[in-house]
Parts: sequence; C-alpha cells; structure tokens
Amino acid sequence: MSEHISSVKLYITIWIALMVGTILTVMAARIDLGVFNPIVALAIASTKAVLVVLFFMHVKYTHEKLTKLVIVTAIFFFLILLALTMADYGTRLWT
Amino acid sequence: MATAALETGERETYLNREYGVKSWLLTVDHKRIALLYLMGITFFFFVGGFFALLIRLELLTPAGDLVQADTYNKLFTMHGQVMVFFFLIPAVPAVLGNFLIPIMIGAKDLAFPRINLLSWYLYIIGGLLMVYTILSGGVDTGWTFYTPLSTEFLNTNVVSAALAVFVSGFSSILTGLNFIVTIHRMRAPGMTWNRLPLFVWAHYATSIIQVLGTPVVAIAIVLVALERLFHLGIFNPSLGGDPLLFQHLFWFYSHPAVYIMILPGMGIVSEIVCCFSRKRIFGYKAMALALLGIAVVGFLVWAHHMFVAGISLYAALIFSLLTYFVGVPSAIKVFNWTSTMYKGSIRYQTPMLYAFGFIGLFTIGGLTGLFLACLGIDVHVTDTYFVVAHFHYIMVGGMVMAYLGGMHFWWPKISGKMYPEGWGRLAALLVFVGFNLTFFPQFILGYMGMPRRYWDYSHSPEFQILNVLSTAGATVLAVGYLLPMIYFVWSMRYGKAAPDNPWNAAGLEWMIPSPPSTFNFEEEPVVTWEAYNYDEIKENEEVPVAH
Amino acid sequence: MHTSSTATVNHEAHDNPALLHYFATAEQQKDAASLGMWIFLITEIMFFGGMFCAYLVYRYWYFGDFAAGSSSLSLTLGTINTIVLIGSSLTVALAVRCAQVGKKKAIVVNLILTILLGLAFLGIKAKEYKDKFDEHHIPGQASFFLEGHIPRHPDIPVNQRHAQIYFSLYFALTGMHALHMIIGVGLFSFLTWKATQGTFGPGYYTPLENGGLYWHFVDIVWIYLFPLLYLIDRHP
Repeated sequence: MSEHISSVKLYITIWIALMVGTILTVMAARIDLGVFNPIVALAIASTKAVLVVLFFMHVKYTHEKLTKLVIVTAIFFFLILLALTMADYGTRLWT
Repeated sequence: MATAALETGERETYLNREYGVKSWLLTVDHKRIALLYLMGITFFFFVGGFFALLIRLELLTPAGDLVQADTYNKLFTMHGQVMVFFFLIPAVPAVLGNFLIPIMIGAKDLAFPRINLLSWYLYIIGGLLMVYTILSGGVDTGWTFYTPLSTEFLNTNVVSAALAVFVSGFSSILTGLNFIVTIHRMRAPGMTWNRLPLFVWAHYATSIIQVLGTPVVAIAIVLVALERLFHLGIFNPSLGGDPLLFQHLFWFYSHPAVYIMILPGMGIVSEIVCCFSRKRIFGYKAMALALLGIAVVGFLVWAHHMFVAGISLYAALIFSLLTYFVGVPSAIKVFNWTSTMYKGSIRYQTPMLYAFGFIGLFTIGGLTGLFLACLGIDVHVTDTYFVVAHFHYIMVGGMVMAYLGGMHFWWPKISGKMYPEGWGRLAALLVFVGFNLTFFPQFILGYMGMPRRYWDYSHSPEFQILNVLSTAGATVLAVGYLLPMIYFVWSMRYGKAAPDNPWNAAGLEWMIPSPPSTFNFEEEPVVTWEAYNYDEIKENEEVPVAH
Repeated sequence: MHTSSTATVNHEAHDNPALLHYFATAEQQKDAASLGMWIFLITEIMFFGGMFCAYLVYRYWYFGDFAAGSSSLSLTLGTINTIVLIGSSLTVALAVRCAQVGKKKAIVVNLILTILLGLAFLGIKAKEYKDKFDEHHIPGQASFFLEGHIPRHPDIPVNQRHAQIYFSLYFALTGMHALHMIIGVGLFSFLTWKATQGTFGPGYYTPLENGGLYWHFVDIVWIYLFPLLYLIDRHP
C-alpha cells in the first residue's frame, strides 16, 4: 500500500492549531462583535473541522477523489436542509 | 467448466448448497438474503393489504358502521406505516437489488455481506416491533406521526411504532451503503459506468437517497419519542415548540422516500422494455442522468406536503416551483421508454404487460402530482381523495406493478423454474383493471371534495357510488395479487425447469445458470460489450455463456 | 466475449489472512472498507444535522432565552472537554501512524490514551449533567426554573418555556454525542485488544484507520457543539 504517512511533527502542529483555535473562539466570545459573534465562532469551528478532516482523517493525502465528493455531497444536502427550512421560518412574518 | 455435482447428480446452486434453518438464518449469500427479505416483504404486503380491505369495506356505506372512529384511524395509520416502511421502501432493493446487483456487475457478492445479513435482521426486528404495535392496540397518528397529536394527545403505541420505523430505517441505510460501495468498488473488469444496466444505476441513485435522507427522519422520530417520554416541547406549540418543524424534518426524508420507492421500479422497467422490444434503450446517458436528477431534485421539494400547514407563502412558492422541476427527469424517462419501443419487436409476455401498466399509470400519477404542485389547486384538493389517488397511482400503479413485473422477469433466474405464462397474463390484467377501478374514482371523489382519513361521509351520500366502485376494484385487485403468490409457490415444485436465458435477454445475469451457483461466476467475467446489446443477440440463438 | 483465466487466482490470500474471498485484491478490500466508513459518516452528518436544524430554528426564534440558557453552562468545563477531545483525536491519529510504521507497542499505548481521554470527556459530561440536575435545569420537569433575565435586558425575565426548549436541545445534542462517544470507547476497547495481539502493522491497519475516522467525526461534532451551545452571547 502506498499510503502517505504524515510525520509526528505534522500531527502535533495540527493539534496545536486546534488548541489555539479553541482558545481563540472562547476569547472572541467574550468580546462584543455584534452580529459577527456567531459568524466568527462558526468560522473558527469550521477551520478546526477542516484541519481535522484534511490531516487527521488523511483526506489531503488520499488518492481517492470519491472521498472528497462524498464529503461535499453530504455538506451540500445538510445545507439544503438548513437553507430551505429557514426559507420558511425566515419569511413567515413577511406580509 | 467444472461444477460441483452433489450426490444426486444435481448441479450445485445457491439453493441446494446447504440445507437447514441455520444455513439460511446465518447466510451471507446475497441471493439467500434476498429470499429471506422476500418472505418478510410478502408477509407485510398482506398485512398492509388486509388493513386496506377493512378501510374499503368501511367506506362502502356513508355511515361509520363497520368500525369505531378510533379504530378507523388505526386502520389507515397502520396501512400506511406497514406499506411504506415494511413493503414499498425495502421491496425492490432488498429482494431484486440484493439478488441481482452483484451478478449484474460481475461480482461474487456485495461489498459487505455480513452487513447485508445485519440489514435483514434489523428489518425483521423492526417488523416484529410493528407487529407488536398492531397486536397491542395499534397506533392512530396517521402514518406521518404529526405532532403534537403524536407527542401529547394520544394514548396509543406511538413509541413502539416510532421505534419500529427507526430500526427499519437503519436497515434501509445499511442496504444503501452496501450498494453504493459495491457499485463503486466491485465491478468486474470492463464493466465501466457506461455499461452498467440501468437497473444498477437506479439502485445507485436510490441508495444515495437512502443514506442522505433516512437519518433525518430517524432523528425526527427520536425527538418525538423523547418528547413523549420526557414531556419536552420541541414540537409542541403549548410549550413553545413548532409542530411544523417536525413536519419539515419528517418530509425532508419522506418526500425523497417516494423516490426510493419508485427509482428501483424504473430500473426494472428499463430492463424489461429493452428485452421485450429487442432494442437498446433510447438515450442511455439521459436515462442514467435522469435517475440521478430525480434523486437530487427530489431533496429540494419536501414542503409541498405542507402548503396548507402554515408555512410562509414565499416558501410555498419556492417549493412549488422546485416541484415542477422534479417532473422533468421523470418525463424524460417516460419519453425514452416509449422511444425504445418505437420500431421495436414487441412481445407481450407478463413482465412486459406490467411494464406497460407502469408506464401508463406512473404517467397519470406523475401528472396529477403537477396538479398538486400548483398552489391554487392544492389548496382545494389537499387532504382529499385526490391526493390519495395521486400517490396510489404512483406507488401501486407504478411501483407495485414494476415489482411484480420484475419478479416475473427474474423468477426463472431466482428459482430455476418457469411460472405459468397464461396465469401470469391473467393476473396482470386483473391487477390493471382492479387497480384502475379502485383508484380512478378516487380522483373524482377528491375533486368533489371527499376528505381523506374520514370514516364517515354521511354528510355527502353522493360519494357512495364512487366508493362502492372503488371497493369493488379493490376486491379484483386483491385477486390479482393473490394469483402470483399461488402460482409462484406452485412453480417451485411443478414449474418447468428454466433455461439460463428464457427471455433471450442481455445482461450478465442471463449468462449464468438458473438458478445461479453460490459464487455466481465460475471465473470473473471480463466485459467487452455495451449494455442492452440486443443488436448482437440474434433471435433463437444460444447466448454465449460467461462460464 | 472473453473470460479471464487468471484474474481470480488469488495469490494475495496466502500473504494476507485478512483478505476476504469475494475481493480480488487487498487494496480493493481496503478501499471498499474505507468508502463504507465514509458513507456511514455522512449518514451521521445528516442524523446530527436534523438536530442542528432544530437548533437553528429555535435559536432564531428565541435568541435571548437561548443566550440565558447558554450562560448557565460551565464555560470552564466545556473548554476543558474540548481540549480533552481534541487531544484524543491526536492520540488516535498517532495510533494509526504507529501502525503504518510498524511500532506495534506504541499503537496500544496511543489507543489506551485515546480511551482514557474519551472516558475523561464522558466523566466531565456526567458532572455537567449532574450540575444541571441540581440547578433544576432539566426540561420537562415540573421543577424546571432558569433564573435570571435575557442578557443585557434586565427588564425581560427568561421565558421558561423557551428556555426549556434550549435545554431540550442541549440534552438531545450532547446526549446523542455522548452516546456516540460511549460506542466509540467500546469500539476502541475492541481495537486495543486486537492491537495487543499484534493484529495491526504496515500491511494491515484498516480497522484502526476506519475506527479513527469515526472518532474524528465525533470530535468534529463537538467542535461545532461547543460554540453553538456554550458561547451564545457570552460577552458583557
């Protein structure tokens, strides 16, 4: 099997990045950013998630394009669930 | 070519390789698992059908005089739940899909045979939970479990029914997962995506829906159960919740679910139409893309079940528009089947009769769906018999006919025996006549304003004559369904032995013996021909065998 | 039409006892297992996704009450739990790496660390649940009461019905997550046992890799749950 083997250094680096992200998100929550608070929180969370997917779950080094297609498909349909549901809730009070 | 010969001199097949209950209950052979599913599917079809007959008997007269009102609610609820979750969703994939997909792609088995067996056990456990629900008093929420009726106001077995659906849903997810991995990873050399039978494409598209949609209804049901058990208010307006949220989560799955039911049937119809027209499918790529298109767009339309429930008008407009779009790929398929038949050499054996029935009845059902997509019309006919007729045209006139057509088409391969063709055609005719007599009057009833789920219509006695016609039709339909059960069983003992390829059909499954040996192929096939190569298969000529 | 005469003679079966007979090569089997696990994970995305949808709807409707509920959670314990879980993802990734390079003893060490961190997470979660019980923040109970007011609006008290919906979703989301952690700990206990028998090495570590994928997924769910549940409107 010609699998890519990441170095211990890479894993530790990603781990540190995830720690930093955690601390950042707690700090950002303590500051009043108005409507940007949830946006920043989700952005940091998504960055952390992407790091886990790419490096801990080895998606960056896979030779399989199908894996990426599967992930993107799931995210797409999840967002459809949220978006079209909110299309109802967001417009219920419109006249 | 070496085949194992048993002591009796018989060729070894997947049926006679091992005998005994344990060899069936612990099998990992996809073909045996398909037959295990067939037992369950047939059982639940009759359970659901029994409830339907009671409903039709009650509706013979305007007064509610056969059963109590609450009992009637239980009848239509359990008819719906049993038919949807324990018959329609699993029937084609778990029986025909399981049996045929590995063979059609040139593989020895599915990617995960033990998970396949687990799927069956989950289906049975879910089924037993459903039987328990029925025997211990039933459930009367409607098959849709709408809240807060299901969470707060009913004393019936909502939790066990919900659990039954949850467990069977998990079975469905694992089957879909198995099929996707199998089709991606287990195709024989030369079996490229462009050479796959449309039956396989159909199950691929179905499996995508199964893995993406089912989990959402699973969590919706879990939340209903939690709400019931812990007095939560997630879907309860008096506790601050929104009943429409349940409906959003429920229909996000349940609309694509109807495509889980119909896409495999469309795959069957493509196989049958090509064989009995002796022609390649018209527009192979368009047919494959249409299957995927239905699967994808089918996820975007769910709130058309909620037009009058209280969603915003703007959301309703969006969903109405998207619902019109989903009709397009289905229409493409109907045009392509018709074009396949044009200038073909048509044969009218039983499978083809069912395929004709499917194409006509699915078209009517599908077109009436477009009526319902129109907000102005939907306001008047929603929750009437118009809707009931619409979905029965697709599910019964479409999917059940495709299922029966497929069972007849592949019965020789599965059992090694021929069914009696005369009886087959008679049954198909009875099903077609009985079906139309049952459900066409319901379009008119709905248009005239008869509400669904009503046990008593004595305020409108003018509905009676159409109801009587409908019940008469249901009786004919029941006979039509009973006949194949009888002659299939009869054929296992007394039927003529089937050759490898009784229909002179194209496809890898017709190049191996009937019934197949346990590992399907003596040697892994190498595919060098396109799908539906009917121009290469001469009439009455022995088709070269794969082994 | 041709049939292949050598394709099914399976030399690999002799080298790799884990190769199942209906696969042509070990690589095909590994690719199938990997794809299977990824598809299972997307079903989990949609499963949790339904609850995230419910959360989104009610946070949109009842933002103030959600913020009040969020403030009643312990930020300290939540942050510690996040750090613990991310640490366990590191140890899982290292365990798989050890298998890839053949350090069989180190696999066991990393797997045990993963399990310990997972159990630590569950222990802290149990403590948080107990705190909610003691503070009468269990939804659906007659004794439920979330004291206080909407953040920065001292004149608007918390709406108890809306707050109960926040806690319903809090328990549903974290409870379902914890259930997946428990299953994960069970799964990894099995994998640790197998590792002690020397099953995993550079030639075969598929169950480790796929178990790792599952664990990382559960970690990612928490990465989203933490800000969504603990960090609503936490600023003064």
